[in-house]
Amino acid sequence: MLKLEHVDKEYADHHALNDINLEFQEHETTVLLGPSGAGKSTLLRSLNLLEEPERGIYQISDHTIDFSKDISNKEKLQIRQLTGMVFQSWNLFPHLTILQNITEGPIHVLKQSKADAETNAERLLKLVGLEDTKNRFPNQLSGGQQQRISICRALAMNPEYILFDEPTSALDPELEAQVLRVLLELAEEKQSMIVVTHNLEFARRVANKIVFLENGKIEFEGTADEFFNHPTDRIKAFLTGMTF
Amino acid sequence: MWDTIVKSTPEIVGAGIKYSIPLALISFVIAMVIAVATALVRTTEPKGSGITKFLFKLLKWIISFYIWLFRSTPLLVQLFIVFFGLPSIGVELDAFTAGIITFSLNTGAYCSESVRGAIISIPKSQWEAAYAIGMSYSQVLFRIIFPQAMRVAIPPVSNSFIGLVKDTSLASSITILEMFTVSQQIAAKNYEPMLMYCMVAVYYAVFCSILSIGQYYLERYTSRYIVTGG
Repeated sequence: MLKLEHVDKEYADHHALNDINLEFQEHETTVLLGPSGAGKSTLLRSLNLLEEPERGIYQISDHTIDFSKDISNKEKLQIRQLTGMVFQSWNLFPHLTILQNITEGPIHVLKQSKADAETNAERLLKLVGLEDTKNRFPNQLSGGQQQRISICRALAMNPEYILFDEPTSALDPELEAQVLRVLLELAEEKQSMIVVTHNLEFARRVANKIVFLENGKIEFEGTADEFFNHPTDRIKAFLTGMTF
Repeated sequence: MWDTIVKSTPEIVGAGIKYSIPLALISFVIAMVIAVATALVRTTEPKGSGITKFLFKLLKWIISFYIWLFRSTPLLVQLFIVFFGLPSIGVELDAFTAGIITFSLNTGAYCSESVRGAIISIPKSQWEAAYAIGMSYSQVLFRIIFPQAMRVAIPPVSNSFIGLVKDTSLASSITILEMFTVSQQIAAKNYEPMLMYCMVAVYYAVFCSILSIGQYYLERYTSRYIVTGG
């Protein structure tokens, strides 16, 4: 289980996260929604320690972190291995082939043998329908393909949770669908996922839980049914703003 | 004329092999170590608090001062200070060592800026993606950032290396018997300054051309992933 207690993050000019208390269940998909600048990405990045909040407690697996104290490098690396990250603009390593992108972490961080890592990478590539691309370089692939590769890269580390930071925002609708189909499959396989997205249809179909953030605060936490069918006034305003 | 050329070639090329090339190569290797180390310090934000942070800032300041100093003063003056100046405060160096030290520090200062520029040209998102899969700082640096930064650094660093090869001729002023010194000596004996200096110019050009060809292949190798289409 992954748990946050009283987490606060402040930038010079605004309160990015304001007293966040949240639990993310295993084998579930949690979707983070909210207007731009609500703190969704900051929250997600804090779980992977790419951002470090000033205060609060973070529990994952058998690790407990107090953000008000220094976090040791060793603990950081361990927590990052438990939380895979998929970025909005995928951020594949351009100088490595697709296969190397996926095996880089398993070989050099998890110390798997090259043969094992490659076998696993090929299995994952098959899962996302890109087994033919393994010897290519990232910039020979489309954005949708690159994003699917970056999902493989995260999966290859066998993390407890995978964090998706607006994984389809930079994609055309057709390519977005390719990526969302992969997420859907992962959800069906009960992979624990936390997804920041603007895609309401995805949230409606896949989320076991929706967390709605506004101005760094949790304004709602509940099921997709509650969120879409019994929205509060604030959520109504947000949903109205998302349609035209 | 051919007779003069054939007779003086072994001496000039010999001086090149014995002094000019070792001066350039050794100085370049040391300069690159200086360049990478100083560029890394300059691109790292100090963490922690109190004394460590202060010392790190101080180190950054010292490095900035070093780069400023060596880029703002003439190389010939630097050579004179190290070889002729330092003995007056008790530091006596033989000419070759003085040459290596000066050329290394001078080229290191220029290359430090090239390497720093290359490192900061790699998007922050590459660091983040590598950290996100649990890599340590040194793994990120050596496996993800350097291979990409190298591609960016090769043209300016090659410039500095080629410049260094030609600048080794300044070592003639501190009594090192490199190619240019030897050509001067021969010219003084055979009264053929035009021929001798043109000859030595050609030898410098040959060495620099070999480096340019090396640069081309290195660039091609480090850019192999920059492909489009497919």
